[in-house]
Amino acid sequence: MKINRRSFLQMSALAGGGFALSLHCPRLAAAQAPTTPSDLTPQAFIHIASDGVVTIMARASESGQGMRNMLPMLIAEELDVEWKDVRVQQAELNEKVYGRQFSGGSANTPQGWEPMRRVGAAGRQMLITAAAQTWAVPEAECTTQPGRVIHAASGRSAGYGELAARAAALPAPALSSVKLKDPKDYRIIGHSQPGVDTHAIVTGKPLFGIDVELPGMLYASIEKAPVFAGKVKSANLEQIRKLPSVRHVLIIDGGITPAALTPWEPGMEPGIAIVADTWWQAQQARKQLKVDWDLGPAATQSTEGFTAKAVELLKAAPTSTVRKYGDVDAALKTSAKVVEATYQFPFIAHVTMEPQGATAHWKDGKLEMWSTSTLPADGVGLVAKTLGIQQSDISTHMVRSGGSFGRRLQNDYLAEAAWIAKRIDAPVKLLWSREDDIVHDAFRPGATVGMKGGLDAQGKITAWRHHFVTFGDGKQATSGGGMGQDSYPAGFPPAYALYTSMQPLMLRTGALRAPGDNAYCWVAQSFLDELAHAAGRDPLEIQLDLLSNKQMPWSSGDHDAVGDHEPTGPSVLIPDRFKGVLELVAEKSGWATRTKQPGRGMGIAAWFCHLGYFAEVADVSVDAQNKVTLHRVWAAGDVGSQIINPNAAESMGQGGIMEGMGHLAQEITLVSGKVQQSNFQNHPLMRMRQTPKIEVYWRKTDYSPTGLGEPTLPPILPAITNAIFAATGKRIRTLPLQRSGFSWA
Amino acid sequence: MSIQLKVNNVAASVDVSPETPLLWVLRDVLHLTGSKYSCGIGMCGACTVLIGGHAVRSCMTPVGSLGNQPITTIEGLSPDGLHPLQVAWEALDVPQCGYCQAGQIMSAAALLEHTPHPTDAEIDTAMSGNLCRCGTYTRIRQAIQQAAQTGAATPAK
Repeated sequence: MKINRRSFLQMSALAGGGFALSLHCPRLAAAQAPTTPSDLTPQAFIHIASDGVVTIMARASESGQGMRNMLPMLIAEELDVEWKDVRVQQAELNEKVYGRQFSGGSANTPQGWEPMRRVGAAGRQMLITAAAQTWAVPEAECTTQPGRVIHAASGRSAGYGELAARAAALPAPALSSVKLKDPKDYRIIGHSQPGVDTHAIVTGKPLFGIDVELPGMLYASIEKAPVFAGKVKSANLEQIRKLPSVRHVLIIDGGITPAALTPWEPGMEPGIAIVADTWWQAQQARKQLKVDWDLGPAATQSTEGFTAKAVELLKAAPTSTVRKYGDVDAALKTSAKVVEATYQFPFIAHVTMEPQGATAHWKDGKLEMWSTSTLPADGVGLVAKTLGIQQSDISTHMVRSGGSFGRRLQNDYLAEAAWIAKRIDAPVKLLWSREDDIVHDAFRPGATVGMKGGLDAQGKITAWRHHFVTFGDGKQATSGGGMGQDSYPAGFPPAYALYTSMQPLMLRTGALRAPGDNAYCWVAQSFLDELAHAAGRDPLEIQLDLLSNKQMPWSSGDHDAVGDHEPTGPSVLIPDRFKGVLELVAEKSGWATRTKQPGRGMGIAAWFCHLGYFAEVADVSVDAQNKVTLHRVWAAGDVGSQIINPNAAESMGQGGIMEGMGHLAQEITLVSGKVQQSNFQNHPLMRMRQTPKIEVYWRKTDYSPTGLGEPTLPPILPAITNAIFAATGKRIRTLPLQRSGFSWA
Repeated sequence: MSIQLKVNNVAASVDVSPETPLLWVLRDVLHLTGSKYSCGIGMCGACTVLIGGHAVRSCMTPVGSLGNQPITTIEGLSPDGLHPLQVAWEALDVPQCGYCQAGQIMSAAALLEHTPHPTDAEIDTAMSGNLCRCGTYTRIRQAIQQAAQTGAATPAK
């Protein structure tokens, strides 16, 4: 990351005595800064140079969701400047100045929409005040055009650059007091703005975590046990230390004791860190390692064992009830028809294109980090704990990453880099190999789900019972493996029960894009399709009917595997919005008049998560070898009143669908605790030749805008497997596809 | 031992063992970090460079095997960042995370070098060795088509 010093001029120099400095030294800023996010100031986010160039700070980390565009666009709109005159700069980590610096849970749109616009409007108000004072005219007579304050009565105007010094000396108005634009006047919001880093990307400029270079930097690679949390008993360390270019060989004890429930952020896994002059040399030295591992209790785990235990638990009475209303067992008994099915989905890995890694430098008792974390403040907490240092002795640069998809919400790689840095006398860049990245991922946990549904003589749904067999200590599910009380279709069937049982898991799990929902949606929407066929009803029609008969109130807020980082806003399902996207996608895809022929079929599914609604229709063909081709996808989304950056939003919608296709073919399996997958040949991603035509449509509603990194993904999985059923009559209840006899063409 | 390379029309002498993959020489010795590491086994294409006009996975190419063949990386694709592919990539705002895109562009450059007006099927064949985890394939395909059109309108380079 290169920090552009030029852009911090008058405003920053005059506001609060040293704002420019604060960007390089968060500790100093922390002492001077407001203490709560509600005290966000325009000075923190907006810097206006005397030549009128406007620099806007992007507070959230960027890993491809367009946060460096979206949040600054909100500020620029209300500040009233031309987007072409804006330079976006990544903020350093300093939550006391910037508020929450978190990219996850599709939360930046709902959490940033109002405050960021108010920050921009407050900046505009300060410029107006500065102009009014300069001209000795009433503020109310002044208006703005992009980049200028105008006093029409006297014909005077001044550029923002001319006014910046005076404006910066003014007290910032209360954010709640400023007036926001009428959306019909938007010039930036709702108009596609290309990615602020796109030029750097297409010309190969250093930009990503892996590109960070510091003078005298060394490179680190870590050999870990093939089994989670296995410890080093002994190794040929002396031999490795003598290899060319190897500078340090360090044993990481780690602090993880395998237990039935692995915490969200368990810390470093044990291993042997090799630090060398280049990363390749560190890797070569790794190959010479001979390690005797104490594999520990996790070596007893296997996918086969998990499945056997899940089947056993499914037969037994559930151990806990998440949500229950009506008498589901009685309703099933009196139903005209009962449909029963068991669904199973596997563990999968994140496989970000950029493997995990970080750069750290320990010098004079202070730690400087270059972090790709999407939850960087938690990274500071973990590092401080791991190293036994004060958080105030740590500074964090937020560097663009080559994808997160939830992986970088956890900070284990950052703790490792920092731990190594503290033990050597040079800056160090840690990089995981692809194999490290897959074997030591924070996996999306698998599950086995027993489903029972009842239909009356007219084909109406009478009861819905699911028994979700997941992993955990019996009280708490593993990260990414819990189920929420209001998970769809809770509240709609007349009798409903969601039970869970758990088995222990000694493995790191985490949040994968649309955590929880990326798999439950597949189960629920597949089973709903089963009920439709059993009832002889159209899958769209039965769902619209279900949504029209809400039986019970929501019991709590939205579930979110990221726990306390829930987005704000309307967190309960609004049936009309769910129906709205279904109706829109049906119209666009020609659902009602779809042709039915052997080997070709269309499937429909919808979901609500992370405050967004998406419905998707898939058109597939299946050949004689059960090879599946996805020809076309129609997606309809409702994320509120405003699509902030339409071109990026469409791309995000298409990307979610491509990722969902990938999930259908991926699995992580364990034998004697060892992950069997290692690279893209056995944990595949979709390729260009498999890419369908994808159309994304928006249904704009009166609700406040919400995010769409996540909600685009879940419906595509059941839309595809429902389409495979329509094409072949075969119901896919076990993922990945190949475990059900299918595969991508 | 010292190995002579010609990278982006600049002669370079590197002191590495000949089996070192070109990717790590580019990144950690020559500080050309545009070419990316992702799989290390030639399965994802993030490290793609041009060697003698052909798309090559630099993570699998021993630096000692290159002889005096010219190497072009994303940094040297055009002097001004205005190769038709770069222009099209920006115009369509192809990247999401962006990590794979240098490799995508280099594979596309090799395709257009030999097939100036590719069909969608030819694009799919040429580009299916390059993975994009974000799923920007639709835009990549459009950008290649757009570059093929504008490239044709531009006099030979």
